[in-house]
Amino acid sequence: MVYYSKKIMEHFLHPRHLGKIKDANGVGDTQNLRCGDVMKIYIKVEKKDGKERIKEAKFETLGCGHAIAISDMICALAEGKTLKQAKKITFDDIAEQVGEVPKPKLHCIRLAETALKSAIKDHESKKKK
Amino acid sequence: MKPIYLDYAATTPVDPKVLKEMLPYLKEECGNPSSIHNFGQKAQMAVDKARERVAGFLSCSPSEIVFTGSATEANNLAIFGISPSHIITTKIEHHAVFEPCEALEKEGVEVTYLPVGKEGIVKVSDVEKAIKENTVLVSVMYANNEIGSIQPIAEIGKLLKNSKILFHTDAVQAVNYLDCDVQKLGVDLLTLSAHKIYGPKGIGALYIKKGTSIRPLIYGGNQEHGMRSGTENVAGIVGLGTAISQIPNIPNIPKTQELRDKLIDSILEKIPNSKLNGSREYRLANNVNVTFEGAEGESMVIALDQEGIAASTGSACSTRSLEPSHVLLALGLTPEQAHGSLRLTLGRYTTKQEIDYVLKILPEVIKRLRKISGRY
Repeated sequence: MVYYSKKIMEHFLHPRHLGKIKDANGVGDTQNLRCGDVMKIYIKVEKKDGKERIKEAKFETLGCGHAIAISDMICALAEGKTLKQAKKITFDDIAEQVGEVPKPKLHCIRLAETALKSAIKDHESKKKK
Repeated sequence: MKPIYLDYAATTPVDPKVLKEMLPYLKEECGNPSSIHNFGQKAQMAVDKARERVAGFLSCSPSEIVFTGSATEANNLAIFGISPSHIITTKIEHHAVFEPCEALEKEGVEVTYLPVGKEGIVKVSDVEKAIKENTVLVSVMYANNEIGSIQPIAEIGKLLKNSKILFHTDAVQAVNYLDCDVQKLGVDLLTLSAHKIYGPKGIGALYIKKGTSIRPLIYGGNQEHGMRSGTENVAGIVGLGTAISQIPNIPNIPKTQELRDKLIDSILEKIPNSKLNGSREYRLANNVNVTFEGAEGESMVIALDQEGIAASTGSACSTRSLEPSHVLLALGLTPEQAHGSLRLTLGRYTTKQEIDYVLKILPEVIKRLRKISGRY
């Protein structure tokens, strides 16, 4: 098994969701204490037909190539989904998108899952205020 | 453009002359040195010659050299072979010393891991202070594999000269660049490896001073004066002998050091928030190790690889572990800084053109990764 798959390399070299969203509705900032990776997911939420939908998702990540590529992938996965759907994105859903990944890198998927969830949570807690 | 190899501390290509001398022992000279017939005798003669060459390089007697399957094995033999009750070592040793010490610790052996200063150098006075009644072994590497810091081995040797304490040094990274005369160093045990000195992989050696009480780890056919059983890796041993005998003839150190200095100076000048790890003065001629804040080591390596540059984070052996480098942490770096480090190690075939290319590509890579991390 190659350490970096073609798909991972593609997302690492040409991420489509890189950067900040200045007027983001939610930001999820999460860190893996063991490997030191820091992942930040920004979401822009819009209300359409009575449902809240993630219009745009972007990321900033300090981490290895896998962490960067997976950040990009989870943004792609989240974009266009209703918040209800996005909340249901599981580790396995992300893993399916990611494809081949070496065992020591599986935690990057968990990190992405946590980052997205906390971005949604951030949005919801802001709404309550 | 041909890929640029800047990971000579991980391993080196086999020198053409080394390969040429090895080849007959992989082909027609197929004898087992233990056999009495002519094939066997020729193989034995080749092993003897290689042993003399290694001994010549270290200024010791050929009977004090034991060939092993790797430097890791030599380190294991040095540590497990002497039943210590208290070991003094450092916080920056290679895993091949670190892990055997930790294994012994679990069995009740006392181990003192000495700290290092900001430059990655252990203090002789700290060694002295750590000595106890039951200290049996001091093991300090000659030069560090990650940051290239050179340890005061001869001074520690002097300190231990009239004591019963055995002194081991892992000289794997030092052999190409530093004086390895065991008399001058005052060591009882010294580890070296062939594949770091333009020889083949799968062969190492341990110098064991005459009279040292040490047990083998591997028993069998009594090869290597009983210290390391198993049919000799004849071609590998020949390769090690040739590789080591070539070192004094190749005046490559000033050139390597010049290129290293150019690389260090230009990186620090061109890339903001970059910092050299280790000592500037007491540093291997081929080692560059820099921390770039806001970028992560593995992604640097992958991005550089895409541009045809082979580099490394910390040490090659630890690139697959998540933990930050224990060496960089010992220097006082934060885990985040340690994760943002890149090692470039030069070698015999490194050219100025290659260094110029790296200096063109690396700033772009760091800039891009910092954009991804949203820092700086």
